[in-house]
Amino acid sequence: MTTSISRRAFLKASSLTIAVSVTPFGYTILNAAEKKDLKTFNPNVWLHITSDNKVTIYIGNSEMGQGALTAQSMIIADELEADWKQVQIRQGGAKDAFKSPLLRAQITVASASMRGFYEPLRKAGAAGRTMLIKAAADTWKVPEGECKAVLGTVKHEKSKRSLTYGQLCEKAAKIEIPRDPPLKNESEFRYMGKTMPRVDVPEKVRGKAVYGLDVNDSNVKELKGMLYAVIARPPAYGAKPHSFDRTAAEQVKGVVKVMEIPMGIAVCATSTEAALKGKDALKVQWDTGSLPDMDNAYIEKLMIADLDRQGVKVHEVGDAKKAIGEAAKKVEATYYIPCVAHVTMEPMNTTAYVQKDRCDVWAPNQNQTACQGMAAGITKLAPDKVHIHTTFLGCGLGRRAFTNFVPEAVMISKALEKPVKVMWTREDDIKHDRFRAPMTHRIQGGLDAQGRLIGWYHKTSAISIMKPVNPNAIKDGVDYYCLWGLWDVPDSPHWNDRIQYEIPNLYIEFLMADLPILCWPWRAVQNGPNAFAIESFIDELAHAAGKDPLEFRLQSLKNNKRASRVLETVAEKAGWGKAIPKGRGRGIAQHACFGTWIAVVADLSVDEKTGKVEMHKVVAAVDCGPVINPGPLVEQIEGGITMALSTALKEEVKFAKGGVATSNFDNYPLIRMSEVPEIEVHIVKSTDKIGGIGELGIPATAPAVANAFFNATGVRIRRIPLTPERVLAAIKEKKA
Amino acid sequence: MISLNVNGKTYRVDVPDDVPLLWVIRDHLKLTGTKYSCGIGECGACTVHINGKATRSCTIPVGEAKGKKITTIEGLPEDHPVKRAWIQEQVPQCGYCQPGVMMQVAAFLREKPTPTADQIISKMDDVICRCGTYLRMKKGIQTAVQIAGKGGKKS
Repeated sequence: MTTSISRRAFLKASSLTIAVSVTPFGYTILNAAEKKDLKTFNPNVWLHITSDNKVTIYIGNSEMGQGALTAQSMIIADELEADWKQVQIRQGGAKDAFKSPLLRAQITVASASMRGFYEPLRKAGAAGRTMLIKAAADTWKVPEGECKAVLGTVKHEKSKRSLTYGQLCEKAAKIEIPRDPPLKNESEFRYMGKTMPRVDVPEKVRGKAVYGLDVNDSNVKELKGMLYAVIARPPAYGAKPHSFDRTAAEQVKGVVKVMEIPMGIAVCATSTEAALKGKDALKVQWDTGSLPDMDNAYIEKLMIADLDRQGVKVHEVGDAKKAIGEAAKKVEATYYIPCVAHVTMEPMNTTAYVQKDRCDVWAPNQNQTACQGMAAGITKLAPDKVHIHTTFLGCGLGRRAFTNFVPEAVMISKALEKPVKVMWTREDDIKHDRFRAPMTHRIQGGLDAQGRLIGWYHKTSAISIMKPVNPNAIKDGVDYYCLWGLWDVPDSPHWNDRIQYEIPNLYIEFLMADLPILCWPWRAVQNGPNAFAIESFIDELAHAAGKDPLEFRLQSLKNNKRASRVLETVAEKAGWGKAIPKGRGRGIAQHACFGTWIAVVADLSVDEKTGKVEMHKVVAAVDCGPVINPGPLVEQIEGGITMALSTALKEEVKFAKGGVATSNFDNYPLIRMSEVPEIEVHIVKSTDKIGGIGELGIPATAPAVANAFFNATGVRIRRIPLTPERVLAAIKEKKA
Repeated sequence: MISLNVNGKTYRVDVPDDVPLLWVIRDHLKLTGTKYSCGIGECGACTVHINGKATRSCTIPVGEAKGKKITTIEGLPEDHPVKRAWIQEQVPQCGYCQPGVMMQVAAFLREKPTPTADQIISKMDDVICRCGTYLRMKKGIQTAVQIAGKGGKKS
């Protein structure tokens, strides 16, 4: 095998930047000279084997607790046939090679880390293994077929010889990279499919994990002299400052600079506390903004009224109007799902250091491509001079894919020529969140004389997610981001994000609500609100047909093996159809998105005097195709269900005077330990294509709760959250 | 100058008395295991021990901590039953709230080494975890009780 000059040159050049960070968190790129004795073999962006027999794996997806670092490394290490003990895992920088083949950006969203990278990572590991075997065979002058890779060594059984990967790496680096290396059979998997402890857990438990807000000059020495900045931000949508007291702020001890930037008025200081005091001293006077009358009642009224407007047709098959008109039974219902906030435990923040010839950004982000592009735009540096250091994320939930927290720090650092950390306070983080888009749905359904679903006419209104960000993403007046779970474009990278039921006459229409509220994907995007409407309505139809909700669903899923299977599994595990204690209600729901199917049964009781809903148990069944790391998979579903219970029972952002009134956890109640029931998750064994997991706990949970509420009380809840006041009002209305 | 005893070491910091202890610990002492999340004592991510008592460092002025023994997550021994249990049960997801939660649990278990399930819930109902790890926390606490019962060190 010959080695081309360019390949050698590449290895030589890349070894300068790779040879390898040994700081605890992989931020600082060390000078190659410190590691000059080590030979490196890196057949691709992920994999680096060094002559000290270490396998370093760089992961381009962000780690926010979903276990991407561990699970993706398991795939590589498995196909590489590495010993897990020799593996060290690093968060990678912003690189084209880390861009998702599905999403065409380096972005950790849409439960796509496994969907996008399962095959590329298997090939990456297998390429390494194949090349190491060849290097050994060449060394021993024996056929490759007689050599075998076992746990970080290549063995030649016949002659009882073996060489470690570290010993082979220099030679392997000179071998041509195979395009289609042979992958292992499932029976040969060493790590995939078995629960492995997450590699990020020990340092998180020790308090040593570095999140964005923890970046300082003790863990990144280049940040000596770093300033701390906070920003006074407008209290209402579209509000502009008309006055503020710059002098008072600058007189606060420690305040270095007050700067007007497009996002507000930044106060930069030598400490967090001085920046916060300086911000208070600004006493900014703002104008009233673009829609000072807007509050919750205004939003809900407008979005319900929207449903009487003519919208844009999204999808039509058959003639739903006609079928429903001629149906034996007709059902109509209107649903409203309000804004909810991301409230990641770590508020938004970024540390930036802009120098003449480089820009470094430390950000807990889900979108390295956007971070790099934004920083390059502001600094006018070439993208390869902009270094994105992704820290651990104190929760992601989609919020950190919208990287509007990055430009602020870059702008300030550029102006002051110093490293700067911009911290959003919790109040900034909630009031300037981009919420899960509120939605209204009006659905009409028709049943034939046998109680079969024959027509579905669906109008929905939502605040557009993409319009303020990327108007080009709106296709003929439709923002498909708002429709995931109801309908999606045919070539969608999100796979099957649409209503699962087989309905002969189906019509879907979309309306864009004209409100200034800024929205953005929130775990599962609009699969949550859409599934709430679909799965509540299918329950209403089942009731109208006089059929069991499980049977009624299965009847319209005859050709949908995966949906049927998760429903049947969850029904069996939850004891569906068996008697339940008096006063309890049970509800079922299913949903498919991001290539995975889930069904949920919720079990609850309602105190009709206090209006309090008590959850007793939630059972889920999941089919996501091949499973990489089962333990964390179950944790993701548990966590997603818990978060969805929070939205079903408690969460709603409050608006007033054209802005966000909700400000902190004291007025945005979230689910607490006492409210979380037992959760049971069953994985349905499946050899189908691999699907996503991170967001799958969300969509089917809230409708299962509402359906269980109906089962317990006979009262249909068409608007979440089920707060005690809303529950009492609904029960009173029913009794009246 | 304020003199502080943190994790058995004495630090001298030049800050006014009214600065929340949280910022002093994080920014001045660079002990970033203690987290900022709400700033109003609602979530528990900033919990430290002051003279052994779980305290939310975001709402206590540094002046009030003078002369007292402060322990942060970094000062909780590595073999502490709570740390061991949190790893064993894989409690953290994003992990951001967990140092504060663990500090609250450690103080709680010192007071009540074998709590009932109800006592655990009522004590821990004032912490927030957005990843929804509450069930794992409960399990972690029970495991920590077992580890401590088998002679694990209790700080």
